[in-house]
Amino acid sequence: MLNKTFTAVTIAMAITAGGAVAEDIDIVFVGKNTGNPYFDSLTQGFVEACDSIACNFEFVAPATADATSQIPFLEAQIQRGVDVIAISPNSPDALNQVFQSASDKGIIILTVNGDITGNEQYRDATILPTDFTKVGADQIEMVGSLIGYEGEIAILSATTEAPDQNFWIEGMNATIESDPKYANMTLVATVYGDDQPEKSTTEMEALLSNFPDLKGLIAPTTVGIAAAAQVVQSRGIADEVAVTGLGLPSEMREFVKDGTVGGFQLWSPYNEGWLAAHFAVGLKNGSMVNEVGGTFEVPNLGTITINEGNSINTQSALTTFNAENIDDFDF
Amino acid sequence: MTDTKTPTREMAPARPAWHVILVRPETMTLVLLIAGVIGASILSPFFLDVNYILRSFTLTAEMSIVALVLTMVVISGEIDLSPAANMALSACTFALMQDVGVPLPLAVLIGLGAGLAMGALNAFMSIRMQLPSIIVTIGTLILYRGLAQIIAGDRSIRLPDSFIGINAIMVFGVPLPVVIFVIVALVLGLVLGTTVVGRKIYQIGTNQAAAHHAGIDANRIKIGLFLLLGVVSAAAGIMAASRLGSVRYDLVAGGELQMVLMAMLGGTYIFGGRGTILGTFLAAWLLVIVSTGMTVANLMPAIQLTVLGILLIVAIIATNFIYARTQR
Repeated sequence: MLNKTFTAVTIAMAITAGGAVAEDIDIVFVGKNTGNPYFDSLTQGFVEACDSIACNFEFVAPATADATSQIPFLEAQIQRGVDVIAISPNSPDALNQVFQSASDKGIIILTVNGDITGNEQYRDATILPTDFTKVGADQIEMVGSLIGYEGEIAILSATTEAPDQNFWIEGMNATIESDPKYANMTLVATVYGDDQPEKSTTEMEALLSNFPDLKGLIAPTTVGIAAAAQVVQSRGIADEVAVTGLGLPSEMREFVKDGTVGGFQLWSPYNEGWLAAHFAVGLKNGSMVNEVGGTFEVPNLGTITINEGNSINTQSALTTFNAENIDDFDF
Repeated sequence: MTDTKTPTREMAPARPAWHVILVRPETMTLVLLIAGVIGASILSPFFLDVNYILRSFTLTAEMSIVALVLTMVVISGEIDLSPAANMALSACTFALMQDVGVPLPLAVLIGLGAGLAMGALNAFMSIRMQLPSIIVTIGTLILYRGLAQIIAGDRSIRLPDSFIGINAIMVFGVPLPVVIFVIVALVLGLVLGTTVVGRKIYQIGTNQAAAHHAGIDANRIKIGLFLLLGVVSAAAGIMAASRLGSVRYDLVAGGELQMVLMAMLGGTYIFGGRGTILGTFLAAWLLVIVSTGMTVANLMPAIQLTVLGILLIVAIIATNFIYARTQR
């Protein structure tokens, strides 16, 4: 009997609520975790896009980036009846069941900033910041150029399950093994900082103790590179160990200016959010079609192509930041 | 009033029946539960959907089932902080077995056996060697989690599709894990409340020396409880594996705290001797209502953690207050 009362109340609310928000599209972006400044930038892209086109945007994220932490948030968004779920996944496969229930309800699923490798059938499209297949090679080239293409290097990653991290690390391994240009460089260790500043710092200190001849470090995570740069700066060993990776200009500016970090790379997370919001709204109101080989227009970004596997790249290659251009960016 | 005797100088006045039934920690949990439902409905119009609440319960149903057995362990005067690590290690053992080709039913039995062995280790060190169970189980919690990481590595072990989706099975519209939780709660509640063994558990927890002098084999009962907790944790771990579809070493990491939280919110006295299955049952629902209500209202994790912390402190203060006031 209670069930019937609840159902009746819910139906009543759904009827009254449905009429009010029929025009605007509800988008939610589920980040990897809270307290990660990288997602602030991405979210800003979404927010400003939704100011200019008709969509309602919310950002939610779990406290920690472990593999299953996003599940309750996804269930809640399905319950809220959002139109589009954009998510930076913490696991390639733990979310399959939840994505399936969302699709069954007609919700569009976009993975942003990283894809669910091996399980792409559970999402509608993926919006990547750049061509991920080149990231590994570009990062090895970046660190190589800083250490004279010889010596020991290590990788400080985020969480062990993050599909984007693993994809890039594979690329880095493949590049260093196959390209003769890097024949004098050896990858000695890959450690995980879990996208937590404290753990990343500890792992960096451990690397420096375990590998006294370490010459270069790649940290393809903004939390990791900031922590590693901090360690190198406090120890004053910028001449012996070159830190590079993927970092936010706002966090790395001080390290670049005082010479701790020679250069690092990234893309524009803001543009990613901007593109994702436009694409989501376009799909929902029918002005854009999600098919491989198709193109669509996004203001400020031009014509975007949908690649193999419904994958969309926001920009074609990594942007390199160093002392010359670091002041040109404000994110 | 149903006073059977008029109070004399040697005897305290009997508590009125309504006092006995209503003034107890479980009532506080029930009140908080109702307040939680009302609060959550006000926070978000999407909350008051029975199916959604039941589905959300399945996310922590496994931990809740283990918390019920943990309540019995706490009432008997011991504590076990290793069930969550037990869940992970049993699930990893099960997943590894079926991954190398062992048939599913046998793999499940091996997983349960692993849980039993872990419970036995806890029992051996806490009871036979007479070490404080809190220290022992902190040690075993780290040990089991570490073993799980050795077995499974940093990757996840995938399970066959036939095994996945226990939370999708519906019994009269209610997800199977919830049904299992209710049945286990009923069974354990009856055992604890009406059987001789149940009475003995309370007596052991109240005063072990007195119970011993009364002829109760406290050690045997406590060993039995640790073993039961071990097996139930293993079963819960395998249930969680079915829900998630894959197993990692960090399955329900931090879950032991949630289980103890459920027991505390349900009015279980940490030093033993008092507590009920009903209390833990209501506390499990309370936790689900509160966290689901906040999640569906898109409140950030920081706020959720703060609210849960306040809830725990309120519950502990109220529990101790009630127990102190109703001491005979």
